Amino acid sequence: MRENCLRMVYELAKTDERVVFIGSDLGVGVLSDFKRDIPSRFFMEGVSEQNLVGVAAGMAMEGHVVYLNTIATFLSRRCYEQVAVDLCLHNVNVRLIANGGGVVYAPLGPTHLAIEDIAIMRALPNMTVVAPADAPEMVRFMKVSVDHPGPIYIRVAKGHDPVVTGDPGPFVIGKAVPMRDGDEVLITTTGIGLQVSLAAAEKLAAAGVSAAVLHFPTIKPLDTPALHAHAERAALVVSVEEHSIIGGLGSAVAEYLAESDLLHGRRFKRFGIPDVFPSGYGDQNGMLRKYGVSADNVAAQVQALLAARPGKTFRVAA
Amino acid sequence: MTAPARLDDRSKHLRRVIVRVLQKARRGHVGAAYSLIEILRVLYDDVLRFNPQYPRWKQRDRCILSKGHGCLALYAILADKGFFPDAELDKFCTADGLLGGHPDGSKVPGVEASTGALGHGLPIGLGMALHLRLTGSDSRVFVVLGDGECNEGSVWEAAMCAGKHGLTNLTAIVDYNKHQSYASTKEVQDLEPFADKWRSFGFAVREVDGHDVPALRAALAATPFAGDKPSALICHTIKGKGVSFAENNMKWHHKNKVTDPEVEAMLVAIEEA
Repeated sequence: MRENCLRMVYELAKTDERVVFIGSDLGVGVLSDFKRDIPSRFFMEGVSEQNLVGVAAGMAMEGHVVYLNTIATFLSRRCYEQVAVDLCLHNVNVRLIANGGGVVYAPLGPTHLAIEDIAIMRALPNMTVVAPADAPEMVRFMKVSVDHPGPIYIRVAKGHDPVVTGDPGPFVIGKAVPMRDGDEVLITTTGIGLQVSLAAAEKLAAAGVSAAVLHFPTIKPLDTPALHAHAERAALVVSVEEHSIIGGLGSAVAEYLAESDLLHGRRFKRFGIPDVFPSGYGDQNGMLRKYGVSADNVAAQVQALLAARPGKTFRVAA
Repeated sequence: MTAPARLDDRSKHLRRVIVRVLQKARRGHVGAAYSLIEILRVLYDDVLRFNPQYPRWKQRDRCILSKGHGCLALYAILADKGFFPDAELDKFCTADGLLGGHPDGSKVPGVEASTGALGHGLPIGLGMALHLRLTGSDSRVFVVLGDGECNEGSVWEAAMCAGKHGLTNLTAIVDYNKHQSYASTKEVQDLEPFADKWRSFGFAVREVDGHDVPALRAALAATPFAGDKPSALICHTIKGKGVSFAENNMKWHHKNKVTDPEVEAMLVAIEEA
């Protein structure tokens, strides 16, 4: 996904002189073709995220569309004031390419785990937040990223993530993508939570439970009409995400459901990283399993929640 | 370097404009604005290329007041140049006013970027300077920083980056009044050797008396100071300059509840300065 994302920056830059790339201190050889072919718009400026965001803002104020790439924690935690003031307050066209959103860097420990990035980014006025689920979806997003007004936080997954998004047509920023129909449970998800959710839905189907999966590659703005329509049909709504249960997609969904009075007679549960700094190392999938962001756990807990419902065959008319 | 014995009429006038603002708003970063007057006056009178009718004219020079809390001085100059009506000054910090306690780039004509949170102006100005060089423009970028602001790491990240790029179209101007909010810079966070710091980050550096108008003109006319480096002009100034009882007086860094007698006393002091 990351390789495709960066390749798309190069492709966009070839045909659009507004496009500029800024990196911090990325791996050797990253975008070497961009550097070779368009050196004047390629910047590798060192481990200085506060400065990089300001520089990107200055360039964007002058009309550039700036793609700024480094590790997600450093783009979210390290320079949050610059993101808020330089990018969001000025509402400039800077795209933050945030590598390793979630627990991608599990072996590297908690300094490198971006588990609250969605929460803090979606709290910023003018900021758009996207988290594609696989490489083809990232490519589709990147194609429409240039002309979108205002800053965008692009959460990049690990790479070589199973391709599940199919061919739904052009990416529409702000639109959710229905991935699976079902009428008992609605699983809302984003990023590579989609793969977990689809697998959970399969397991539920095998157990006789009909689960819909609604994918939010754009977390902000949230596609509330799609959420509303799907939630109305379900007895149980859950969220599955590679993020803290505080402030991410689950919170966004809960906020909408509560304020829209859609929780009447309907259970809701978030699957994500609990309110802890993840401990241990290992790998991304192991870390997600450890905290219950797994198909097995989601399927089991959904069944338990349905079974615990009074009048468990409750269905809401479509 | 010694300060000129007297402020000239224009310097006094601009200070009186700020007194008028204080008389209405009863508050403002007075000390931080009064140390800046001559720096901004020389920039806008003698150095910058701009058109108040078209604040975003592409061929303009970009001037960012990175120490946004000094905005009273900037507002006085921008109004003087016709970027917005004088009447806006009377609505400083009011609910429906154009001019707030820190400058808003999205609203105020002539303000390039919203500042106030410190350490933002130099990175943004650097991005603008890179753009101008990339597009072959001869417009230049001037970023005015505070000395306390230079505690911020982002200033030095940007300085390092500007030095690497040898951006001759970028000039950092530091209002070195030797005082920050709590106490002297020496006590809070000593910046010395200050000029050497900028030099070591790749800047060509000059120092000047920041209230000496001819000296400021000469220094800024000499930018870029080197053919392959960004420039830094360290302006030795006096916080609250021009109002004797406010000079180097920390109570006047940000003054609340300015009284009518204080207004009168300021006007008298300015006349005598």
